[in-house]
Amino acid sequence: MATTTPDSPDIRSSRRAKSVGRAGDRVFSGLSRGSGITLLVIMAAIAVFLTYRAVLAISQDSTNFFTTFEWNPAANPPVFGIAVLAFGTVVSSVIAMAIAVPVAIGIALFISHYAPRKLAKPLAYVVDLLAAVPSIIYGLWGAIFLVPYLGGLNMWLDQYLGWTYIFDKSSDGVARNMFTVGILLAIMILPIITNVTREVFLQVPRMHEEAALALGATRWEVIRMSVLPFGRSGIISASMLGLGRALGETMAVAVVLSPSFVLSGHLLDPGGGTFAQNIAAKFNEANEFGRDALIASGLVLFVITLLVNGAARMIIARRKEYSGANA
Amino acid sequence: MKLSRNGLRASAIGALVVSGALVLSACGSDNNNEPTKDGGKTSAAASNIKCDGAKGQLLAAGSSAQKNAMDLWVKNFQAACSGVEVNYQAIGSGGGITKFNQGQVTFAGSDSALKDEEVAESQKICKGGKGVNLPMVGGPIAIGYKLDGVDNLVLDAPTLAKIFDTKITKWNDPAIAKLNPGAKLPDSTIQAFHRSDESGTTQNLGKYLSATAKADWKYDPKTKSWPAPGGQAANGSSGVATAVKDAEGSIGYFELSYATANKISTVSINTGASAPVAATTENASKAIAAAKVKGTGSDLALSLDYTTKAEGAYPLTLVTYEIACDKGNKAETLPTLKAFLNYTASEEGQKVLSDAGYAPLPAEIAAKVREIVPTLS
Repeated sequence: MATTTPDSPDIRSSRRAKSVGRAGDRVFSGLSRGSGITLLVIMAAIAVFLTYRAVLAISQDSTNFFTTFEWNPAANPPVFGIAVLAFGTVVSSVIAMAIAVPVAIGIALFISHYAPRKLAKPLAYVVDLLAAVPSIIYGLWGAIFLVPYLGGLNMWLDQYLGWTYIFDKSSDGVARNMFTVGILLAIMILPIITNVTREVFLQVPRMHEEAALALGATRWEVIRMSVLPFGRSGIISASMLGLGRALGETMAVAVVLSPSFVLSGHLLDPGGGTFAQNIAAKFNEANEFGRDALIASGLVLFVITLLVNGAARMIIARRKEYSGANA
Repeated sequence: MKLSRNGLRASAIGALVVSGALVLSACGSDNNNEPTKDGGKTSAAASNIKCDGAKGQLLAAGSSAQKNAMDLWVKNFQAACSGVEVNYQAIGSGGGITKFNQGQVTFAGSDSALKDEEVAESQKICKGGKGVNLPMVGGPIAIGYKLDGVDNLVLDAPTLAKIFDTKITKWNDPAIAKLNPGAKLPDSTIQAFHRSDESGTTQNLGKYLSATAKADWKYDPKTKSWPAPGGQAANGSSGVATAVKDAEGSIGYFELSYATANKISTVSINTGASAPVAATTENASKAIAAAKVKGTGSDLALSLDYTTKAEGAYPLTLVTYEIACDKGNKAETLPTLKAFLNYTASEEGQKVLSDAGYAPLPAEIAAKVREIVPTLS
């Protein structure tokens, strides 16, 4: 925790002064500075590459890149737009977050505060293992196992919640839709959110919890009054990590979804698409220009991810009073 | 706190890189892993392969539609000629042509002939020559369906077009009933599946439908991605085959070998011939025999006659090409290239195709390919 506290200037300068002349310190500081710069250079290189190729493509797009519901860069003139992809990416991630975040917090609380120690360790380990399953495996599992089983749930949702519009199933078809993708993504991002959240919950100062207990709080009240407020910024950053994964998930979505370039709010109808899924599906057979167009769509995903991360940082910064540094 | 988060982010980026690599490798694997039936027979045939100074490594890439044929050929060729390694990456036709035109591979596999601008680009790599299309593998695209109680479904091009364009949505539609007198067609919805990824298979279906049912299929025949707004999609031929196998009342298209491997019933097409034509390798060869060579010189690009009414010719057929330089091949790979293509175009090479669910080239076209291959320089 102390690592996050910025040193006061005088401590810093005195430390620097001491390090002069010591070879080990100089090497280490050079190494770490080099690593930091390398990271920036890599990020800049990615951005430059994406922008360059994207500009090549977009400058020849005959329609509006942001509002076109079609993807056919091989046509003459080329027609492609990201409207459906942006919508699908955001919608599937929102569904995934809505399902995964509460469940992840529940699991994290159970592991950190409720489960007997004998159970907590293996459970945490199993959640860790979930993160190690490659996404193509999730995709195959989703397509072969989950899709047939979700047919019934879809029918049920359509029958009882059809009035909500989003759960109105307007066309027949198996459950290869955005809702299924959302559920699959939720399962995929669960481990990362759970693990980070659990770590944060374990960091709650013992004194806080004991103080609450001493005041006569029940275990739930302890969690509500000390654990959750303390962990809030941690939960948010964990969720953002999960969201980042959901936004960029490729193979699992490509295998499970039945994509189409139709914008529809009916989550149970097959259709829609995401940036990463579209790139995976179209990259192989695309010509040079088609690849540029796909890279342009990748640039949009890059920007969306940056915005989401930026927003998360702002939220966390606003809640600094709860961060571990002040505990 | 911050430290551990950054660590996680780093591992997340690592995971992204790994999954990216997975994407690139996973997408290429469009094979259905159908085991080849007779290892013994093919290795016996291997003894007739002429190696003619073939040596070293031959790099190739392209269409995944011909991957299983290529695997068989490579196995036999390498068994016969020691010290030769042929490496065919099934990364898709577009990728293969790109790699060929960048000089990264000696030949490319493609399900459609080179376009004019691609030929122009190939002149940079083929010093003094250009890329030429050599037809090598044919195969029927089967229309697979799952409909309990209906065994021999017959459809024609306009009906197929309307089904895949979701204009016909019920199995007991009069148009289907008329083609299948006596069949018990249920009053259920047709679930039409297409490819979600871009594919030469989709392109060939589109070409067929726009050639034979112009009024009902108004989409661009050249597009590799699915043009119609309706229907459902799955990834790869294997994905479509799995989806069709799983869903009652479904229909989809894929190479014949996927139908055989998954035991999916296939549609016979009413072409106007006296009897509906089933999707078999033999019937596909008959359709390719009706094709005309539209390329000039060493180029043997074919134009298939999708509207053929010849008896027993299955018109929905795909031809894949090997694309190489007619002149200006690299000296170090030229002998290997010629020896390998000599083998694939040879009678033995073509004979092994039907075992893998592909259609051998008709004798006349195979003979032309065999004339061209030795002239590559």
